[in-house]
Amino acid sequence: MDYGAARPVRSEVLAAMMPYFSESFGNPSSFHTKGFDAVKAMNLAREKVASLIGAEDSEIFFTSSATESNNLSLRGAAVRYRKKGKRIVISEIEHISVINISKELTRQGFEVESVPVDETGIIDLEALEELVNDDTVLVSIMAANGEIGTVQPIKEAAEIAHKNDAIFHTDATAAAGQIPLNSSTMNYDAMTLSSNDIYGPKGVGAIYLKKGLRLKPHIIGGGQEEGLRSGSENIPGIVGMGKAAELMIKDMKGEGGRLMKLRDRLIRETLESIPESYLNGHPRKRLPNNANIRFSYIEGEALILSLDQLGIHASSGSACVAKTLEPSHVLRALGLKHEEAHGSLVFTLGKDNNDDEVEYVVRNIPDVVKRLRAMSPLTPKELR
Amino acid sequence: MYSEKVLDHFRSPRNVGEIEDADGVGTVGNPVCGDMMSIYIKVKDNSIEDIKFKTFGCGAAIATTSMTTELAKGKTLDEAMKITRGQVAEELDGLPPVKMHCSNLAADALHEAIKDYRKKIGEESK
Repeated sequence: MDYGAARPVRSEVLAAMMPYFSESFGNPSSFHTKGFDAVKAMNLAREKVASLIGAEDSEIFFTSSATESNNLSLRGAAVRYRKKGKRIVISEIEHISVINISKELTRQGFEVESVPVDETGIIDLEALEELVNDDTVLVSIMAANGEIGTVQPIKEAAEIAHKNDAIFHTDATAAAGQIPLNSSTMNYDAMTLSSNDIYGPKGVGAIYLKKGLRLKPHIIGGGQEEGLRSGSENIPGIVGMGKAAELMIKDMKGEGGRLMKLRDRLIRETLESIPESYLNGHPRKRLPNNANIRFSYIEGEALILSLDQLGIHASSGSACVAKTLEPSHVLRALGLKHEEAHGSLVFTLGKDNNDDEVEYVVRNIPDVVKRLRAMSPLTPKELR
Repeated sequence: MYSEKVLDHFRSPRNVGEIEDADGVGTVGNPVCGDMMSIYIKVKDNSIEDIKFKTFGCGAAIATTSMTTELAKGKTLDEAMKITRGQVAEELDGLPPVKMHCSNLAADALHEAIKDYRKKIGEESK
C-alpha cells in the first residue's frame, strides 16, 4: 500500500510500449517511415494525456519526470518573465523539487514566499492574497498533497494569481487520475503531470502549458517539443504514458469511489482500534487513495519495518526514513511537533488493493503498535 | 539495507523492559530527534547482573540497544565501559552509514547507566 512511492506499469501499458523498443524504434525527427510511425505514436499519446485534463494536444509537452516538469515550470516561467516581477509564491507543503528549485531561484535574485496551511493541510487563501502582489511573477500550489492527501483550492488560488497578472502553476503528480482537473474549469496556466503516478512507466512525465504561455527551456539541443525540451523523445515511455492516461480516463470515476471506501475503512478501523492514533490531513478533502495516520510514542521506520515483515508496504514522514534525516516538512507545516511527525504512517492505495487486504492490515496494525509501544520509554503506564 | 543480525534483533530484541529498582539508569537522545534510549542496570560484585532497555526509534535504534545489552550483560563495569560504538555496529554485521548514529547512542546509554551507578555510590566517574 505504498503506491505513492511507485506504481506497477499496467499490463496494457507495457504491451502498448513494447513494439517501440524494437520493430518501431524510429526517431520522430527522421524523414522516413520509421520516423513517421514514431511521430504518429507520439501524437496519439499527446492527445490522450491532453484528454486527461481537458486540454488541447498542443498544450502538452513531454519530459523525463514530474521533477523535471517542476524544474522547467518554475525556472522556465520565472526566468522568462522576470521583467514582470521577482516574487515567487509557493505553499509550505510543495514537493521537495518545487521547494528546492525555488531555493535555487533565490540565488538568482528571485524572492520566494511560502503560504502556510492550516492544521488539515489546506492553504490559507487569505494569506495567499496578501503574499501575491504585483511584483509576483509566478504562483505554484500543488493540486493535492501526496503525503497527507489534502486537496487544494486550485481554482481560487489561480484566481488570486491572475488578479495580480502572475502565472499559476500546479503540480498534479499526486492528484491526476484521482480528482477532476479540467484545465478550462480550474484555469491554471501550467501543470506538472507524472506518468508513474497514473500507472505509466517511470522515466517520463509531462507538462501542460496554456496556449500562449512560453517558458525558457533548460534542456537545449535539437529543438524537440517545439524547442521547450530537446532530446530524442522517449517514444516507448511517451506511448506508455499516453496509454496510461487513456485507461485512467476510463477508470477514474469508478476507481475513485472504490478507493475512497477502502481508504475510509482503513482510517476508521485503525483510529477506532488503536488509542492515541490520529489522522493527518483533511478528513474529507482528501485524495481517495491516501490514509496518513500518526501513533504516539513510537517511530515510523520501526512501524514500516514491522509491517514489511507481514508483507504490508507503507511509508512514513519520520526523520529516520528521509535522506535528510529531517522529519517531513509537510507534517511540520501542519503544526505537528517533531515527535508527532516521527510517528506517522502513510498508506497510498492503488488498483491492486482490495477489501481483504484492508482487512488484513487493520487486523495486524494494533499488535504492531502495541509491540513498539511496549518497547518505548515514552509510553505512559496506562497504555502498556 | 539492514543485515540479518539487525533484523533479528529488531524482531526479537533481547532484554526489553525496565528495572524498577535499578542501580543505574542511562537515558540518551530525545523524542524530538526521533531516537531515545534508556538502559537500566542491576550491579552485583561490580558486574552487570541484569540489564534492560527501552527505545523510541527506528529499527537500527532498537537493534543497537538490544545488541548493547547483550554485549554488556554479565560483564564487569570496566569491561562494559570499554564497549565501543564501533563494536556494537560490528557485532550487528554493520549498519548503513546514515544509521551509525543509532549505535553511537546505544553505547552512550550504557556508559551513562554505569556512570549513574558510580555517581550514586560516590565513586568518581571514570
